[in-house]
Amino acid sequence: MRKPISIFAPTIATLVLLLAAGCDKENKTIKIATQSPLSGAMSVIGSDIKSGTQLAIDQLAEPLTKMGYKVELAPFDDQGNPDTGVANAKNIVSDPAVLGVVGHYNSGVQIPSSEEYHAANLCNVSPANTNPKVTERGYAEINRVCGRDDVQGAVGAQFAKSKGIKTAYVLHDKTAYGQGIAEYFKKEAEAQGMKVVGFAGTEEKANFDAILSPIIAAKPECIYFGGMFDQAAVLYKQARQKGFKGMCLSDDGFDSPDAAKIAGDALMQGAGTYFSTVSGPASVYPDAAKFVADFKAKFGNNPQPFAAQSYDCTAILLKAIENATTANGGKLPARADVGKAVRALQNFKGVTGTYTFNGKGDPTTGKYFVIQVTSPDPASWATNKIDQTLSIAPPK
Amino acid sequence: MRNFMGSVNVRQILLPIGQMAVFITGAGVVCSAVMLALAIIFRGSGADQVLQATQGVGILTYTLNSLPQVLIDGVTIGFVYAAIALGYTMVYGILQFINFAHSEIFAIGAFCGVESLIALNGLGVLAKASAMGAFMYLGLALIIGMVAAGGMAVLVERVAYRPLRSSPTLIALISAIGVSFALQDIIRLVESMTSGQFYRVIPTFGNFDEHITLFRIGSRVIDIQVKSVVVILAAVVMLVALNYLVGSTKVGKAIRAVSQDKNTAALMGINVNAMISLTFLVGGSLGGAAGVLYALKFTRIDPFVGFMPGIKAFAAAVLGGIGNLTGALLGGMVLGMIESFAGAYLGTYTMGTFGAEYKDMVAFLILIIVIVFRPNGLLGEQISQKA
Repeated sequence: MRKPISIFAPTIATLVLLLAAGCDKENKTIKIATQSPLSGAMSVIGSDIKSGTQLAIDQLAEPLTKMGYKVELAPFDDQGNPDTGVANAKNIVSDPAVLGVVGHYNSGVQIPSSEEYHAANLCNVSPANTNPKVTERGYAEINRVCGRDDVQGAVGAQFAKSKGIKTAYVLHDKTAYGQGIAEYFKKEAEAQGMKVVGFAGTEEKANFDAILSPIIAAKPECIYFGGMFDQAAVLYKQARQKGFKGMCLSDDGFDSPDAAKIAGDALMQGAGTYFSTVSGPASVYPDAAKFVADFKAKFGNNPQPFAAQSYDCTAILLKAIENATTANGGKLPARADVGKAVRALQNFKGVTGTYTFNGKGDPTTGKYFVIQVTSPDPASWATNKIDQTLSIAPPK
Repeated sequence: MRNFMGSVNVRQILLPIGQMAVFITGAGVVCSAVMLALAIIFRGSGADQVLQATQGVGILTYTLNSLPQVLIDGVTIGFVYAAIALGYTMVYGILQFINFAHSEIFAIGAFCGVESLIALNGLGVLAKASAMGAFMYLGLALIIGMVAAGGMAVLVERVAYRPLRSSPTLIALISAIGVSFALQDIIRLVESMTSGQFYRVIPTFGNFDEHITLFRIGSRVIDIQVKSVVVILAAVVMLVALNYLVGSTKVGKAIRAVSQDKNTAALMGINVNAMISLTFLVGGSLGGAAGVLYALKFTRIDPFVGFMPGIKAFAAAVLGGIGNLTGALLGGMVLGMIESFAGAYLGTYTMGTFGAEYKDMVAFLILIIVIVFRPNGLLGEQISQKA
């Protein structure tokens, strides 16, 4: 009987919060909004973006609480869908208590949604959006703590080259994220002297027969997929069943235990499965051990990729709000001042690294990893082998 | 009914098998011929040169090399579409309206079949099953999927369509679209409350993933996966059984009578409501079985899994001539074949400008062209007389 209650609980909680917010005439509440997919295919990752933020608010809001403010989480479900993300963003900016947004998971959702944040000067720190356009627009309030696809795609291509791959077939999911990273991979692969024998996009999620026929005929040594695990894992499984023996290579969208659940043993076969990512498993960060323990104690599961990054995004926002409030003499700062305070932070020490933002909102060095899948068991996803770790500054 | 077993109509069994053979060969030969003609036209073109440079083969050799695999894929998916299309076409035949909820009936069949296999896997019986045992368990999953989907189809008819039967068909159509969305979210809700998962992945068991070598061309082996064979065989058996039921039994005669004229059929003592329920039961179970087969072939399902196969099977039913059982089979086969060909060759022939992602566009363009010249579908009759 616990489950039905858990569905109503958030609804009731939201109503109570709304009432509470309505009664609060002195406006002593600060809200941090999250936008991530809480339902549907990508909810495993999206829920932990919310949970990471929740944990940070619980642990790090004390300086603001001492100034007499109550810090609350306002979670939104963007469903991994640009339309929903923008609709949520309109709601978020219309609530004056919201001073910062943590999110999104998908670049294709972040890019249109952040136009709303920009119009309202609302600060957004993204844990996971790697598309260059996220920061290349030069918006003063949009930042991220992760690396960029133009670098990540190139890292993937250089990695393939280092493993002796000479021919690659490149697929993508036709989203801003997947197509973007696939194009950077292709560009770098060609610059490295590899042959790209095919480049195609697809929204197919189940039947890859028709897409695989030309791939198998082209006999590539590597299939690169720019996009999310829910397509990539099915594609790789069917490719193996059709006799593909080469390397499966993907991007940080592949970084989900559900990939192992879907593809299982197929990931171990042939030349193996690798993915590049901007977020190593929490265990690679020396300072993240406490975070992992606290997260597990509070939510009962190991943090998924990007949970620790979300924790840091929230920490950065809270610190910036604190600084801006102090500068404003203890009164709530304007939204634009929060954005300025984020950029003003120097060497902010989070659990996943030390962050200083450049003029565009990129961290001054981004960490990139290439990870090999080592077990078909989804529970062992966090113990996948890290093949390469690189620190690269964002392009000027 | 007295001498039912004694007078099994052999012709009614052989006829649909013959039709299938003709349709598969016909669709395959036409598509292959068009493709080879295109390959000859494209010799020396940019696409040819790209192939020579990257893979060291000409466009004609390339097309020929992939042809057997493309045909096998086309036949497999064609049978899945045909089995779903029968559900649309049977309901249209008897009620003259499109049951848009049929794609979710398909999804319910897939989910129930896969959930039962996952449960069996949890008990550890699947891993120990012999080759024969694996087929038995798959058969069990198929039956569970069929019962669940058939039952749901009957329920949907009783609750959402029967009260609206005297209203214009447009009203029932809107009701069907509503049911379709409701069922999608019910699946999602039930899954999130029980398993907490969005995807379900069919367990790996038996020898379904192995390949059977069909024949060799030089060093090239043309093979087919065991599960593709299972999908094709199961679909053939179901199609033959359905054809027999409708064409050669008393019940089938009653169904046909109701579809021709409900009032007169009622005057003749036929229970019209029972016949309509039966139609939904049969169409729904076929859809459910197709769902389990689809899950077996493509391994992963989610609550929205029914949408694309559903819309394509509906298109197949229209292409073949909606209301016509043989037409649904032909339509499914043609659509599956075109889709398979377009997906496999489009990218190569357009040098990557249009990739495999445009296969549905090509398939539906051809559908539009056929409908423009034959508004009643390939095997359509004058439906307007019935309405």
